[in-house]
Amino acid sequence: MDDGRISRHGSGARLWLAGGWLLLALLAAIFAPLVAPQDPLAQDLMFERLPPFWMSGAEPGFWLGTDSLGRDLLSRLIFGARIAFIVAFAAALAACLVGSTLGLVAGYFGGWADRIISRIVDVWMAFPPVLFAILLVAVLGTGLSSVIIAIAVIDWTRFCRVIRAETMGQARMDYVENARIAGYGRIGIMLREVLPNVVPSIVALLSLEMGIAVIVEAILSFVNLSISTDDPTWGGIIAEGRLSIHQAWWVLVFPLVTLILTVLSFSQFGEGLKARFDPVLR
Amino acid sequence: MLLQRFLIRLLTMAITLFGVAVVVFVVIRVAPGDPIAMMLPPGATDTDIARLRALYGLDKTIVEQFFIWLSGVVRGDFGTSISLRQDVLGLVFNRLPATLELAIVALLMALAIGGTTAILGARERGTAVEAGIDIASGAALSIPDFLWGLVLILLFGVLVPIFDISGRVSPQLDLPFVTQFYLFESIARLRFDLTKDLLGHMLMPAVALALPLAAIISQLLKQSLKEVLDLDYVVLARVKGFSETQVILREALKNAALPTLTLVGVQFTFLIGGTVIVERLFSYEGLGNMAIDAVINRDLPLIQGIVLVFALLFVLINLTVDMMYALLNPRLRHG
Repeated sequence: MDDGRISRHGSGARLWLAGGWLLLALLAAIFAPLVAPQDPLAQDLMFERLPPFWMSGAEPGFWLGTDSLGRDLLSRLIFGARIAFIVAFAAALAACLVGSTLGLVAGYFGGWADRIISRIVDVWMAFPPVLFAILLVAVLGTGLSSVIIAIAVIDWTRFCRVIRAETMGQARMDYVENARIAGYGRIGIMLREVLPNVVPSIVALLSLEMGIAVIVEAILSFVNLSISTDDPTWGGIIAEGRLSIHQAWWVLVFPLVTLILTVLSFSQFGEGLKARFDPVLR
Repeated sequence: MLLQRFLIRLLTMAITLFGVAVVVFVVIRVAPGDPIAMMLPPGATDTDIARLRALYGLDKTIVEQFFIWLSGVVRGDFGTSISLRQDVLGLVFNRLPATLELAIVALLMALAIGGTTAILGARERGTAVEAGIDIASGAALSIPDFLWGLVLILLFGVLVPIFDISGRVSPQLDLPFVTQFYLFESIARLRFDLTKDLLGHMLMPAVALALPLAAIISQLLKQSLKEVLDLDYVVLARVKGFSETQVILREALKNAALPTLTLVGVQFTFLIGGTVIVERLFSYEGLGNMAIDAVINRDLPLIQGIVLVFALLFVLINLTVDMMYALLNPRLRHG
C-alpha cells in the first residue's frame, strides 16, 4: 500500500516531525512535576471553567483553561502523558514479545505449530477488541497493570499475523536453505538469519501499537474503567469534556488534539523508521 | 470444489465459535465479585443468596456450568440477564438491528467515499489531486473511529450544531414500527420524515466508523486500478476513444475490485467491533452500548450472549466474503 517512492521522499521530514512531538510529550511526561504550571489535582471553584489564555476571562497561569472543578487543563494533560506513555511502552512491548515470538514460530516451523497458533488467532479475531478490553479490565479490576495486560492480551495477534506472513516468505529464501546446508540448527537459523530480516516490520508495528495502546487506554478511561486513582488520564479528561461540551469546549478540544497528534506521530514514526531501515525500500 | 471449501470453512467456523465461547466463559468466571450479591438489597439472608445462585446455576462447578450454558446456547437459550431480568436472546435481538443498521450505513458510506476517491485518484494519477487524496486517506486511516467521533461531535454538535449527537431517534416522535430495523422500515413504509430523523442521528456515528475504512478502500482500490490501467485491454479501450473515466468505470473497475472485496470483508468486522465505543460516544441504543452496560453491571449471561453474537456475526461475514471471492475469482472457480 505504501509507495516506496513517496516513502523515501517524505520519510525524513515525517520522522523528524513525528519524533519531535513524541520526544516533547515524553519529556513533559518524565518531568511533569517540574513543567506543569499547576497541581493537576488542585480544585478551585473560584476558577471553574476558565477559558484558554487568548479568550477574555482567562486567568494567568492557566494557559489552556480549567475544567468544571477548576483544575488546570494543561497540567492535567502533562500528567496524563505519564499514564499514556507507560501504557504505550509496556503494553506494546508485551504484545510485541508474545505476538512476534508466536508469529516467528508459526511462520518458520509451519505444520502443527502453525495450525494451532493460527486457530488461536482466529478465535481472538472473532472478538470485538474494544469490548474484549473492557471485559478484561472489568475482570482484572481497574488499575495500571490491568490496562497493560488487557491491551497485550488483545493486540498480540496484530504482531503474530504480520510476522508469521513475513517469516513464511523469508523461510522460502535461498539464504535459509544455505544456512541449513551449512549445518545450522533450525532454531539457530530462525533467530540468527530470519529474525533480523523481519525486525523492520516489528519496529514499525511496535510504534503503531504504541499509538493504539494510547487510544485503548483513552477509551477505557472514557468508560471509567482504566486506572481507578485520581491521576489524570487523557481519556478521563475527554470523558469530562464530553459532558461539559456546551459550557467548556476546550476541555474536550485540547486532549483530543493531543491524542490525535500522538497517535499520528506513533504511526508516522514507525513508517518512517521502517522506510529508513528496510533494505528493499532504501 | 466449492462445496468442499464451504464445508471446511463451516467446520473451522464452528471451532472458532467454540473457542470464543470457552474464552469468554473462562474470562468471566475468573472475575472477582459476586454478581448475585449485587442484585440483592442489603440485609438479604444467606438462604436468599443461595437460592438465587442455584436459580442462575452458579452453585455448580465451572465445567458443569459451561456445558449447561452451551447446551442452552445450541438450543437458542442464552439464559436470563441478571441486571435486566429478561431473556438474553430477546434483549440481544432487540438491540442488534440498531447496530446492524448503523454498520451497514457506515459500510455503504465507506464504499461510496473510498470508491469515489479511488477512481478520482486513478484518473488524476501523478497530479496534485492524487497527492491530496493520499494525504487525506493517510490521515483518515491513522485516526481511529473513537477520535473521529469526538472530532465530529465538536464540529457538527457544538461548533455548527446541525446534527444530533445523542440517541437513535428523537424521543418525542411517535414510532409506528413493528420491527427494530427502524431505518429500513421507515423507508419501506415511505415515512421519509422518520427516515430523515433516523439518518440525522445516525450520520455522525456512521461517518466516524466509515472514515478509516473509506481510507483503506481508497488506497487499495486506487493501487489496483493503476495496475490494471496499464494492461493491454485497457489501453485498447482507450485507443477506441473511450474517455479515461469511461475506461475506468467500464473496463478497469471490474477487475480491480476483487482484491478490495476480500479486504472489505475483514475490515467490515473491524468496523462492527468499532460500533461498541462509537455507540457509547453517541448514546446510540445498539448492542455495543448495551454490552458496556452489561460489563459495568457484571451481567454475566448478557455479556456472554452479546460477545457470542458479535463473534457469530464476524465469522458469518468472513464466510460470506470467502464464498463470494471463490465465486467471483475465475482461477478458484475452475481450479
